[in-house]
Amino acid sequence: MYDYSDFDESFVRARVDQFRHQVERRISGALTEDEFKPLRLMNGLYLQLHAYMLRVAIPYGSVNPHQMRQLAMIADRWDKGYGHFTTRQNVQYNWPKLTDVPDMLDALADVQMHAIQTSGNTIRNVTADHFAGAAADEIEDPRPTAELLRQWSTDHPEFQFLPRKFKLAVTGSAADRAVTKAHDVGIRIVRNAEGEVGYQVLVGGGLGRTPIVGQVLADFLPREDLLPYVEAVVSVYNTLGRRDNKYKARIKITSLENGLDTLREKVEARFAQLKPLFSGIDQELFRHIQSTFTRPAFKTADDAPFHAAYDTDPVFRSWVDTNVDAHREADYRIVTISIKKHGQTPGDATSDQMRLIADLAERYGHDDIRISHEQNVILPHVHVADLPALYAALKPAGLGTANAGLISDIIACPGMDYCALATARAIPVAQEIATRFDELKLEHEIGPLKIKISGCINACGHHHLGHIGILGLDRAGVENYQITLGGDGGPDTVIGTRAGPGFAYDAIVPAVERLVMAYLELREDASETFLEAYRRLGDAPFKAALYPESKANAA
Amino acid sequence: MARAFTPKVVTANDLISGDVIYLATDGSWVRDLAAAHLLTDEGDANARLFEAETQPHIAVGAYLADAAAGDNGPAPTHFREDFRAKGPSNYAHGKQEAVRHV
Ligand code: SF4
Repeated sequence: MYDYSDFDESFVRARVDQFRHQVERRISGALTEDEFKPLRLMNGLYLQLHAYMLRVAIPYGSVNPHQMRQLAMIADRWDKGYGHFTTRQNVQYNWPKLTDVPDMLDALADVQMHAIQTSGNTIRNVTADHFAGAAADEIEDPRPTAELLRQWSTDHPEFQFLPRKFKLAVTGSAADRAVTKAHDVGIRIVRNAEGEVGYQVLVGGGLGRTPIVGQVLADFLPREDLLPYVEAVVSVYNTLGRRDNKYKARIKITSLENGLDTLREKVEARFAQLKPLFSGIDQELFRHIQSTFTRPAFKTADDAPFHAAYDTDPVFRSWVDTNVDAHREADYRIVTISIKKHGQTPGDATSDQMRLIADLAERYGHDDIRISHEQNVILPHVHVADLPALYAALKPAGLGTANAGLISDIIACPGMDYCALATARAIPVAQEIATRFDELKLEHEIGPLKIKISGCINACGHHHLGHIGILGLDRAGVENYQITLGGDGGPDTVIGTRAGPGFAYDAIVPAVERLVMAYLELREDASETFLEAYRRLGDAPFKAALYPESKANAA
Repeated sequence: MARAFTPKVVTANDLISGDVIYLATDGSWVRDLAAAHLLTDEGDANARLFEAETQPHIAVGAYLADAAAGDNGPAPTHFREDFRAKGPSNYAHGKQEAVRHV
């Protein structure tokens, strides 16, 4: 894992120090709220519905046990004993006091973490595949590329006041678990016909009010062209992007309004100017970064205990079948620790859970922990032989739920329980859906099904990409939930289609239940997933299940 | 045609804790909506909002929120104000643990 250089360290400390003084000046009255707000946002501090919220970056979702323990300490000392992991691989504290935030930032700096550029119209936390460095299907570990981009984008003087926020994601595998097509710039590590490794660059993806799937801007870039090229993209966007209307300010709209070809021409012209300015130091830096992402010292062990447990313990077997993925090493596995026990808030982990995860990562996981954009925790390197002991330790802590990829593995944004922008709640809808299907004991029977819930049109809960997406709205002063069907956050990325009129708060869970029951009736056999059945049949039978009255009326 | 004025309370977030606060009749800030001053006259409402805006060391983002006279004092008329007055629905945090401090 990358370690901060002296430069990184002193930069982060200086920012904390500046912020401490800014808070003092706000409290003394020397700064007005209008003056202070952009300063606090630059440091990841929002004022939400009930309290401040501090958003801490977890670059490319990678965190070590030492850092995880510090996140737990911060939760206990200055918050309410838990943290909320988000779809952007960040962690949020929902209850900090303004006067405590400088100390929290110092405590983060102690473990090489910060909240810089987790807000504002800047390049945000660079996200990556949470299986990076472990996935069996990977061309190359995307984290060194993500780290290079992180260093380049941090405090980049030209890009502190972009027209709007700017999100980058990197994947090293065709399965694209980083949803690169839903980012302002998505970077895919690919191999060309000659077998060389380089980058495909996608542009203009994004969800929100106008969901758009990213398009290919450059099909193949040699490694050394990446930074000048991405710099050219952001630079063109910085001048071309609209600043008159914040709903039209993202690069997806710039691309739409100017045309992808025009955007490409401008980027290439800018790239031609920038490329000679990159002397190659970035490549030296990249090689240095790459050298810090060493392969863990994989061990050999007798896997008999694993087979014994797998064959005799159905609960363990169910967890392995659901939450454990193949690793590039034959005897290793990637473990998804669900932080979505039925009825819990998706993405929340208590400080005790964080500390346990840190301990288990040291004991069984080569000190490596990831946060996934699906709001779960990943131990990317676990030997098969250690799975029974790992599961036995997770289960009593409420971390052993076998639901990865299933109906209760719901993405939900904070919604109107916390977020000042929300138009409806998201968390209790997720809690009730999970609880209901747990009662029905149908979750495993239903199989892979992704439900994603957003509490407003900004779509932080990725509802457009849910096989079943739910969007909470305010309709004439009451909460109303719109359903979209057929979304897919996989490599091809499909935006879901709105099913019809929305449902009241107390009608949304029954509506989802009707939908899922219809799927169970309609599927060819248990191997046909919800999404496959939807694609085969179209939306008519699903709409009929959602709106039985209108079917009766039409008949 | 101007819309008829509906009753309001002055609300904001506390500068230090971020908690939802309301302006009371005596000019103090309270954490309980029921203890807020219900303003039924538009001129009064604007005057009290102005008063709130001159206290940036206490109140952030002051605005007038719709409210109605309830049995125990002002009550919310919109669900957003209801959630602001109550706190989150997933944990007994915020106002739900702080009732005794009101
Ligand atoms: S989708 Fe809306 S409600 Fe949810 S976190 Fe984003 S801005 Fe807030």
